[in-house]
Amino acid sequence: MNRILYGDNQFFAVNHISDEKSRAQSIRFKEDKTILETIDIARDLGAETFMCTSHDRIYNICEMIRQDPEKYKDFSIYACLPYAHKYANAVTELGIMGTIKQYLPGNFFGSIFKGGMAVVSKDYISIMELMIDAEMKMFKKINTPIIFLQNNITDLLLGLGMKDLLKAFHDYVRKKYNAEAGFITMNMPQLLTVLESIGIENPIICSSINKAGFRMSGGMELYEKTLREKKLRAIAMQVLGGGAIPAKEAIEYVCNLPNVESILFGASTRQNISQTISLIREADSKRSKQ
Amino acid sequence: MIKIAVIGAGKMGISHLSILGAHPDVEVVGVADTSKIVTDVLGEYSPFKTFTDYKKMLDTIKPDAVFVSAPTKFHTSIVQELLEKGIHVFVEKPFSLNINDGAALVKMAKEKGLINQVGYHNKFIGTFEEVKKIVSGGYLGEINHFLGEAYGPVVIRKKQDTWRSSPSEGGGCLLDYASHVIDLINYLVAPISTVHGALLKSFFSDSVEDAVYCLLETKNKISGVLSVSWSEETYRKMSTSITISGPNGKIISDAVELKVYLKTDNCPPGYNKGWNTKYVTDLTPEVDFYLRGEEYSAQVDYFVKAVQGKVPNDKNTFESALLTDNVIDMIKNKKNN
Repeated sequence: MNRILYGDNQFFAVNHISDEKSRAQSIRFKEDKTILETIDIARDLGAETFMCTSHDRIYNICEMIRQDPEKYKDFSIYACLPYAHKYANAVTELGIMGTIKQYLPGNFFGSIFKGGMAVVSKDYISIMELMIDAEMKMFKKINTPIIFLQNNITDLLLGLGMKDLLKAFHDYVRKKYNAEAGFITMNMPQLLTVLESIGIENPIICSSINKAGFRMSGGMELYEKTLREKKLRAIAMQVLGGGAIPAKEAIEYVCNLPNVESILFGASTRQNISQTISLIREADSKRSKQ
Repeated sequence: MIKIAVIGAGKMGISHLSILGAHPDVEVVGVADTSKIVTDVLGEYSPFKTFTDYKKMLDTIKPDAVFVSAPTKFHTSIVQELLEKGIHVFVEKPFSLNINDGAALVKMAKEKGLINQVGYHNKFIGTFEEVKKIVSGGYLGEINHFLGEAYGPVVIRKKQDTWRSSPSEGGGCLLDYASHVIDLINYLVAPISTVHGALLKSFFSDSVEDAVYCLLETKNKISGVLSVSWSEETYRKMSTSITISGPNGKIISDAVELKVYLKTDNCPPGYNKGWNTKYVTDLTPEVDFYLRGEEYSAQVDYFVKAVQGKVPNDKNTFESALLTDNVIDMIKNKKNN
C-alpha cells in the first residue's frame, strides 16, 4: 500500500466539525473539473492513490480519467463501497424493497437472471455481489487494487454478527476484481477479532486513529495495544481528530505507531495538501533515523 | 445480561439491533418484522432468532426489555401490550399518534415502575447537551426568542410508496423531521404551549407535508420560529440546528458545532466574553461501539443502564415525548388557518 492516500470527503461536503465548512466545500467543488484538478495537485505532490466512495460524482471523475490514460497510467483508486447516504435516503423514501428495485442494475424484476433467481432462492450473497458490481461499474478500466467496504456497512454487519457477509465481500472482490478487500470501521479492535475468527488474516483495516482518541471506539489504549500486538495492515484516517490537534503533533503521533502502513487525509488547497504530505515525510524520516 | 428483543427491523430497528448486538451487557433474544425478506436475511446471516409475528415472539421468549421500531401507528398498541406484560420499553419517535393514548401509556409505565425511553437521540449529542448547560446556568439571561430548524434531502422528487407518505400512519415531515426539533426546543428552552400559526406545505408529496413553518410560544412567553423541510437537496443529510437568544447572549448550535456569544464577563468555565466556538469532537464522550453517530449508541446504552438500575430513567421519557406529541397535535389543529 502507498504510505500516503488522498481522500475525498472535502469534495462531497463531508466535514465532521462544521456544516458551514461543508457548504463552502460544496460551492468550491461544484464543478467536477475542480475536483480532478485538486486530485492532480495531490498526485504532483506525491499522493498517487485516491481513496474515494462510489458517490455519483465520482462517475464523472472516472470518465475524465479514462479519457487520458497516458496521464493517469500510474494512478490508482482505492474504491469504497457503497456511498451509503443515497441508500439511506432511498430506504426512508422507498422502503427496503423499493431501494433494491431502484439500485440493482437494470430493472430488478424484469432483468438479470442472477438477481431474479437470487430472490426466489434466497441467495442474498448473490444480491450483494450484484450490488458490488453495480457500484464498481463507475471504476471500469481504472486500477483499483483495493476495494473497501464502507464503515456504515462494515459496522452494521459487525453489530448484527453477520460474519459470513463480511467474508463474502472479502472473497468476491478478490475473485471478481482481482483486488484486495479492505474494511473501513469505527470499531477496529472488535472488527479485527471477528475477521480473524473467519480466517481473514492480516486484513487491511482503515479506521480513525488520532491523538485525540476521536472515534476510537473502546478507547485509544485498546487501539494502541491492538496495533502493537496484532497482525493487520492499518490505515489511519481522521488523523487530525476532527481538527482538535495541531497538525504536526497529530501526524507525528500516527507516523510513530506500529503497523500503520498508510495515512489517509483530505485537504482542499495546494497549501494544505503540501503541508500534510511534508509533515508525514518529516515524521517518517525522523522515525527511520531513530 | 439484559435480555432484549426488537420489534420492527426497518432503518431504525436494524440500527438498534446492530448496536444492541455489540453491547456487552445485552443478549438479543429475538427480532420480529413482518417483512419476509428482512427476517430471511437476519435468520440466515445473523445469530438472532427471528419472528414474523411479534406476539408469537413475546409468547416464546421472555425479554426484559423491548425496542419498538415498527411504523408509528402501531406504537400505542404494541407499547401497551409490553407494559401489561411488565416489559421495559424503548420506542422510536414520535411516541404516539394520539395524545390520549400517549397519556394513558405514560400513566401505565409510571404505575408499573417500568423503564421507558423514546428515541429522540439529539439529547445525547454533545453540542446540544452543552447548550442545555449554558441555558440552565442562566448565562444568556431570561431567554426571549428561539429558532429551531432542520433540513435534509428525504423527498426531493415526486414519488412515493411507503408508510412515510401516509398521514394516518405517521408519515410526513411534521412527524418525521419536525418532531426532533420540537422535542429539542421543549428540552433546551421550555415546553411549547401555544402555536400561533402553522403552515404545512407540500412540494413533492401528494398526501403529506414536506415542510413545516410555525410561530410558537412557551408558557413563560418565549417566542420562537420553527422552520423544517425534508425536501432540501442542499443538505447531504439531516441537519438540525437551534438558535437561542437572551439579553446577555446568544447560542447557535447544530449537531457538530456550537457558537456562543456572551455579552458580559459572567461566562461558563471555558468561555470568554464575545464569540466562542466549540466542536462536537471536544464535547462528545467516546462510545464502546460506533455505528452512525455517538448519540445512537449513547441512547441505547443509557436505556440499558436504566434497566440495570445504574442511571435514573430521566432522559427522553414517555412523559417528555408526550409533550412533543402535544405540540404536534396543536400544529395539526392550527395548520393553514
